[in-house]
Amino acid sequence: MEHYNMNLTLKVWKQKNSKTKGSFETYQVKDISSEMSFLEMFDVLNEKLITEGKDPIAFDHDCREGICGMCSMYIDGRAHGPWTRNTVCQLHMRAFKDGDTIVVEPWRSAAFPVIKDLMVNRDSFDRIMQAGGFISVNTGNAVDANSLPIDKKDADAALDAASCIGCGACVAACKNSSAMLFVSAKVSQLALLPQGQPERESRVLNMVAQMDKEGFGNCTNTYACEAECPKGISVANIARLNREYLIAGFTTEQ
Amino acid sequence: MGLTGLFLISFLIVHVGVNSCIFVNDGGDTFNTAAHFMSHNWILRIMEIGLFAGLMIHIVQGLILWKQNNSARPVNYSVSAANQNSKWYSRSMGLLGTLLLFFLVIHVSKFFVDTKIALYGEGGINDASHNLYLEMKEEFQKWWIVLIYLLGVISLFWHLLHGFQSAFQTLGINHKKYTPVIKAIGIGYTIIVCILFALMPISFYLGWIN
Repeated sequence: MEHYNMNLTLKVWKQKNSKTKGSFETYQVKDISSEMSFLEMFDVLNEKLITEGKDPIAFDHDCREGICGMCSMYIDGRAHGPWTRNTVCQLHMRAFKDGDTIVVEPWRSAAFPVIKDLMVNRDSFDRIMQAGGFISVNTGNAVDANSLPIDKKDADAALDAASCIGCGACVAACKNSSAMLFVSAKVSQLALLPQGQPERESRVLNMVAQMDKEGFGNCTNTYACEAECPKGISVANIARLNREYLIAGFTTEQ
Repeated sequence: MGLTGLFLISFLIVHVGVNSCIFVNDGGDTFNTAAHFMSHNWILRIMEIGLFAGLMIHIVQGLILWKQNNSARPVNYSVSAANQNSKWYSRSMGLLGTLLLFFLVIHVSKFFVDTKIALYGEGGINDASHNLYLEMKEEFQKWWIVLIYLLGVISLFWHLLHGFQSAFQTLGINHKKYTPVIKAIGIGYTIIVCILFALMPISFYLGWIN
């Protein structure tokens, strides 16, 4: 791919903390290489802001290889930007042209309060996991990996669900701010495997209850989450969550 | 939402079936017989209560969804490219449902209430004089009534196009083999039901049925 440099106009959401109201601020960035990642472009801008004595833009990032799920920017109206199956750190500047204006916002949801600028607090996901996203394991020596036979199809489906990195793009893209894709991936991953059976019913009930408590919206099956998920988690998991929830609700004695 | 939706979908099959009797084009004899049966059979009259209950629950569920989902995002995005990740009609079920509710108020006050007045009003139970076919024919001579009905059918079309397949997903049915079949049946059902409903006011207005 041919290399080129570009000058861009950035409209970035600036917000001091969760209690203040934020607003957009406009920045000009010059000589951005088409081979930079989107986050590297922000690094260049922040270096400049720091040397000028201005407040740099706060954003989340960690691994920068598309596997940790920390980066969380809503770019030009889409979670993780214009590319599909992609995180912001893996979004390259060749997705843009010289002279483009790019609007960058944080994930917007009542359950994801803004910490600063583009950083949001995703503790609500952690609390959902604490409510049931675990299995019981005996202490002592690890069990031999092949001692439990698992159907290949179930193992594959569980692994697909387990590829969720918990970035929150599903919530950000959903018109209802629903966390159903995230919760369904976590519930599916464990419900499909023999290790997840002891807590199968309580898990789905508790995780859904926590999800509702956190203030996420309800799923109305628009499937925007699946389209924007950087890991391509399928909405078939949401159907499985609904199934698990219905069965658990009818059969549990709690 | 899914269960009540499927219930209402099943009702529409009966409704479109009975109303299609007008296409027999026998001056309304077949249709009036069917309509008479629908309004006089006591089993159907009990089911009618269930139908209204189902509709009410569907509306209340919709209102609860709207309220909860509205408060889940206090600050809106200033730029949204939602067209690239989902269908507009999937995102507009609340709006389409509201349009349908407005239509239903007009629709029920036009035909259903008249039938009930004929049934319980003067003349008692024996209402051979009430000719629903003739009433339809007269109403659909007015262009604005035809227009309201066509707008209602258009709203119904988009509402069903999302609702049919969505109901199965809500009930936990998403299967490699069966989901494509369910989606195809949903599209077929939506097109057939909506075309038949749309043809009723059009046929009367253009004089295709006498």
